[in-house]
Amino acid sequence: MIRLGQVLVVFWALASSDAGNALTEDYRLPADRELLMATGQGSNRSVIVASKPFGESYLLAEMFAQLLESRGFNVERRPGLGATEIAFAALRTGAIDVYPEYTGTGLIAILHDTLPDSVAADPRAVFAHVYRRFEDSYHTRWLPPLGFENTYAIAVTKTTANRFHLRTLSDLARESPHLTAGFTADFIGRSDGLVGLSRIYGLKPRTVRPLAPAVKYQALASGAVDVIDGYSTDGLLARYDLVTLIDDRHFFPPYEAAALVSQQLEHDLPAAIAVLTLLSGRLDVQTMRQLNRRIEVDGEDVKVVAADELRAVGLVGGKTSMTRSANSAQQSSFWRYLWDRRATIFSLTMRHLLLVAIALAAAVIVAVPLGLGLERARRVAEATIGALGVLQTIPSIALLAFMIPLLGVGVTPALIALWLYALYPIARGTYTGVRDADPDAVAAAEALGTTPRQRLLWVRLPLAAPVIMAGIRTAAVITVGAATLAAFIGAGGLGEPIVAGLALADTRMILSGALPAAALALAVDGLLAIVERLVTPAHRRQRLWQRRETGASPRGAAA
Amino acid sequence: MPTTLSARNVSHRFGNVVALENVSVDVAAGQATALVGESGSGKTTLLRCFNRLIEPGRGDILVGDKNVRTESAVLLRRGMGYVQQHGGLLPHWRVLRNVALVPVLLERSDAQDEAREALELVGLPAAQFASRFPHELSGGQRQRVALARSIAARPGVILLDEPFGALDAISRSELQQVFDDLRRRLSVTTLLVTHDLAEAGRLAEQVVVMRNGRVEQRGSMRDLVHAPANDYVAQLIERARAGMEALAS
Repeated sequence: MIRLGQVLVVFWALASSDAGNALTEDYRLPADRELLMATGQGSNRSVIVASKPFGESYLLAEMFAQLLESRGFNVERRPGLGATEIAFAALRTGAIDVYPEYTGTGLIAILHDTLPDSVAADPRAVFAHVYRRFEDSYHTRWLPPLGFENTYAIAVTKTTANRFHLRTLSDLARESPHLTAGFTADFIGRSDGLVGLSRIYGLKPRTVRPLAPAVKYQALASGAVDVIDGYSTDGLLARYDLVTLIDDRHFFPPYEAAALVSQQLEHDLPAAIAVLTLLSGRLDVQTMRQLNRRIEVDGEDVKVVAADELRAVGLVGGKTSMTRSANSAQQSSFWRYLWDRRATIFSLTMRHLLLVAIALAAAVIVAVPLGLGLERARRVAEATIGALGVLQTIPSIALLAFMIPLLGVGVTPALIALWLYALYPIARGTYTGVRDADPDAVAAAEALGTTPRQRLLWVRLPLAAPVIMAGIRTAAVITVGAATLAAFIGAGGLGEPIVAGLALADTRMILSGALPAAALALAVDGLLAIVERLVTPAHRRQRLWQRRETGASPRGAAA
Repeated sequence: MPTTLSARNVSHRFGNVVALENVSVDVAAGQATALVGESGSGKTTLLRCFNRLIEPGRGDILVGDKNVRTESAVLLRRGMGYVQQHGGLLPHWRVLRNVALVPVLLERSDAQDEAREALELVGLPAAQFASRFPHELSGGQRQRVALARSIAARPGVILLDEPFGALDAISRSELQQVFDDLRRRLSVTTLLVTHDLAEAGRLAEQVVVMRNGRVEQRGSMRDLVHAPANDYVAQLIERARAGMEALAS
């Protein structure tokens, strides 16, 4: 197989040198002998393969991963990293080694470069530009393109197209005051998205609704919105029989898909780069549409589709399993699906629990003493707790994004973000609980000669314990929920299938993360309820118990 | 050992509000003095100066021959009983543990026995009450426990801040009797804050009438009734008398 791949890469190299420019030199294809040696045998280092959170990115990353594994490399997968900024920050900081990216995205969303129209329209020129600029500015490397472009496809239904006579984006701009747009948040904010479209075409939709990628096609089909942003390789474009409007002013740059690799990988495992290059030039637009359709429309497993395609292009041996897997994907029930994935779900749950446990423990260690300290410095207490409360209002995904420049991606920034979220309820509970602990009892204990420490340990903390525990419980449940978002920065956990399921419009996959997460939240809450009961002062515990036993108020009985 | 108490020219302000203005009061060893006045008269402030819950701005507070300023507040307090209006029992501790608080703080080896004895002294059989929680007691019983707690370690001084103020008339009268017997039996020096002149007369040898942070008059109840120092004291006595007569008619 290596031989065949080798031949194909050489063929690709020849093809690109046909273009008659200096690109072949830039691509620096490994020589034959290097390719023969290109295996991961004897190396302990794993290659960390990541993707962004949409179907095609998952698929390409999975193909990278399986290709590397077939050549003996150890691979760690970090699928579904938040968005371009997060994935690229991860690559720059060396937290990941490779992920699939698009040249147009690199040009506009990362470099923020504008090229002269003549250059911007030429895919090869754009590739050459981003290749040089990324190497100079970020020391990251674009591998030769995979062979297809995936540009933005501004799509409308056939009915809308006919009614408003829409063929081009200029037509759309003309009619846009009558139309409601449903765009992904990413597209709305990007300069190669709505911002640029408004500038170049004068596009001004009546309303712009931010939509999750998973629901935009349904929203368009149901008539909730009139126009959406899709990708030209989306499997759903064909399914819903949509019209893609022509970019008559050539606003969108070429979006050639390619592997973007880190400097570390080049340094540590040049052989892995050589293996990844085997995929260059092997995927065309028709193939990608078909593959995307299989995962987005037919709900096939990304792993299976990736394996099939690697076999189809002859990079991995074995027989295609297309029909069988499609059938089984359709037929198996949801519970069967969960059962089949039990090992994965279990390990994701354990990882989730670990994230929650560490973040929560760290928050308790900091927030309980903080709450106690604030009780003795009440002037600054409300302001301090208020500041922690403000943290609570930052959307989790934004907080996670803030962490990346400081801490990269992976477990550390996720833990710190979760820790920050957990501080508020615990500090608030501790402060309030200790402050409001039976003032008469505290005053009497002071007047009878207890030390402040004795009052804290004997009176305040025991009386405040249920309130403190209630704060910890709240924090725990929040943390279990917020930890699902940790998947966006590659920390793993039950968010992984949720993020992937959202990207692939796969409800079963979403539920395979969401249901265990909900169960985990309930379990953690229940467990801490028991702890809360154990730390409840004896007199209140007994009162509850007596009420249940006798149904009468004990005070009434004693008086 | 009963101890004398004295306040010498004590003044104190809370911000701009004058709480005590040049107040002097002496309580003889083993005797009881009642501080009487309306809310804001400064009576509680003065009481709290004696166990250093308040540090007066000027003047001296003496317990025996010691100036409290030079004493450790914690040790000073362990040597003085204290009862407040709402007993302030620790709600999560059983009665016996509450009563044994000060003996335990003093690291007495027989703290539990002292607590049991104190319970008996206030009329609560230990066998019946020791293992109850405060919420399982009536208001009067709770206040008795607070009283037991204040004398469990046999202090020379006991400070009471409206100790019977929150009780119904019957419990109140009962508890006054219990307390009067107790403090005479233990011959403990007593400083009592009350707004009830009749209670002051019943429980204390000396009554100190306070108003706006000053002492209006000090003396026995008999002195006050026969020779009120000013109109305010006379009015106070007249009102108490009117109350009694309304009751009799």
